Amino acid sequence: MEGTPKNRIMDEDGIRRAISRISHEIVEKNKGTENLVLVGIRTRGVPLAERIQKRIAEFENVLLPIGLLDITLYRDDLSTIDVQPVIHETKVSFSLEGKTVILVDDVLFTGRTARAALDALIDLGRPQKIQLAVLIDRGHRELPIRADYVGKNVPTSRREIISVCLEETDRNEEVLLLEKTTS
Amino acid sequence: MKWKHKDLLDLENLTAEEIKHILQTAIPMKEILRRPIKKLPTLRGKSVVLLFYEPSTRTRTSFESAAKILGADTTNFSVVQSSVNKGESLLDTAKTLQAMNVDLVIVRHSSSGSAEFLADVLNAGVINGGDGQHAHPTQALLDYFTIQDRLGSFEGKKIVIVGDILHSRVARSNVLGLKKLGAEVALVGPPTLLPPEMSYLGVKTSHDLDRELPGADVVMALRLQLERQQSGLFPSIREYSKLYGLNQERIQRTEKDTIVMHPGPMNRGVEIASDLADSVQSVIEEQVTNGVAVRMALIYLLIGGGVAHVVD
Repeated sequence: MEGTPKNRIMDEDGIRRAISRISHEIVEKNKGTENLVLVGIRTRGVPLAERIQKRIAEFENVLLPIGLLDITLYRDDLSTIDVQPVIHETKVSFSLEGKTVILVDDVLFTGRTARAALDALIDLGRPQKIQLAVLIDRGHRELPIRADYVGKNVPTSRREIISVCLEETDRNEEVLLLEKTTS
Repeated sequence: MKWKHKDLLDLENLTAEEIKHILQTAIPMKEILRRPIKKLPTLRGKSVVLLFYEPSTRTRTSFESAAKILGADTTNFSVVQSSVNKGESLLDTAKTLQAMNVDLVIVRHSSSGSAEFLADVLNAGVINGGDGQHAHPTQALLDYFTIQDRLGSFEGKKIVIVGDILHSRVARSNVLGLKKLGAEVALVGPPTLLPPEMSYLGVKTSHDLDRELPGADVVMALRLQLERQQSGLFPSIREYSKLYGLNQERIQRTEKDTIVMHPGPMNRGVEIASDLADSVQSVIEEQVTNGVAVRMALIYLLIGGGVAHVVD
């Protein structure tokens, strides 16, 4: 999506501190790392989950299992969007039975991606709990979904776009607020 | 990549890029087949009709599983119970399907060109599940998926297809796509089942299997229709098996870790020896699994999007 940059919401340090805080909150809220697993939602939830995994390993000395989820086949808008999305592989190589799954994504907006991810996860097994961690919560929910861990709450208008750039996927590290260019 | 075909009738009008896109889409589909819960909501509310004028258990079951795993509803319209026996024409059947607002029709018919005929009259997508001696594109696609899975790529790979090339839609479809993907194909069979005019396919033809085997990365045996012997196309099954049958000893001639393929159902002891069919070199069972994954990918590409169908 195209847009003109308005505001830089987070820089490299900001993202690093947010990830660090979320990592601590996850361990604190769950009273340790027992039965915890991380699942990143493709695309940018995956590097974020990897960073949380690394950060928790630094202070808890435990490497949490990590999986990646492609939610394309669970989207509710497949018949209305113009270009058919490319499907990527879902890789969850461990059992979810009895686990606490930390679902990781970059932006929480309408809640529809999270809804699709919940369905996709439940088709893979029956976790004990599912919690949601996002880097940015920009509001405008269309479903009763909320995040358990939020890097930053950013009030936005619907005409604005949040662009999360990560080293692993975009070669730079920042979160931008853009104004949608009307074409 | 934007998928722009309403139907899949043959591999002739697909580009190498489009074939690769189908194979790429089949990779995540294969992962779904390994799950404990093999059911997706993707095509919920879409209807798929399996219109089979020729007996087929494997292909029909494979398509049916693929559609059901993706969440579509399937209806069987098979020749024995239908009004086809009462003399209904293919056109009238098509009009009936049109009136039922189906989203996708998978057709198998003994006449070449019947799938194309249906595609022309129907708004629904059409997948050719085998038409006469013309084409069987999904079999070819699942073969490519299997080859790619095992060998990584197609460029410069040597693929030998042996058997009744003349009557085989599997061979014809396979050759079309393999050439596009950059593989080197050799067709092998007795002169009666591989007449000189088969050279129109533009690949090497030979009547001597043992001479073609050295260096082959893939050897694919075709099913021998035993009734062809009665029509005098080869003298005896024993002789055929001796000259063109695959077995453990013969496959050594490739001097490679060759993979052995067969579209099924096999005549064990005729075109392929039992011990070879069950050996580690054989990927025949994998072909069946891959068939479901590839058909899921295709069904998704044809009716998974919402854009009004573009006629190609």
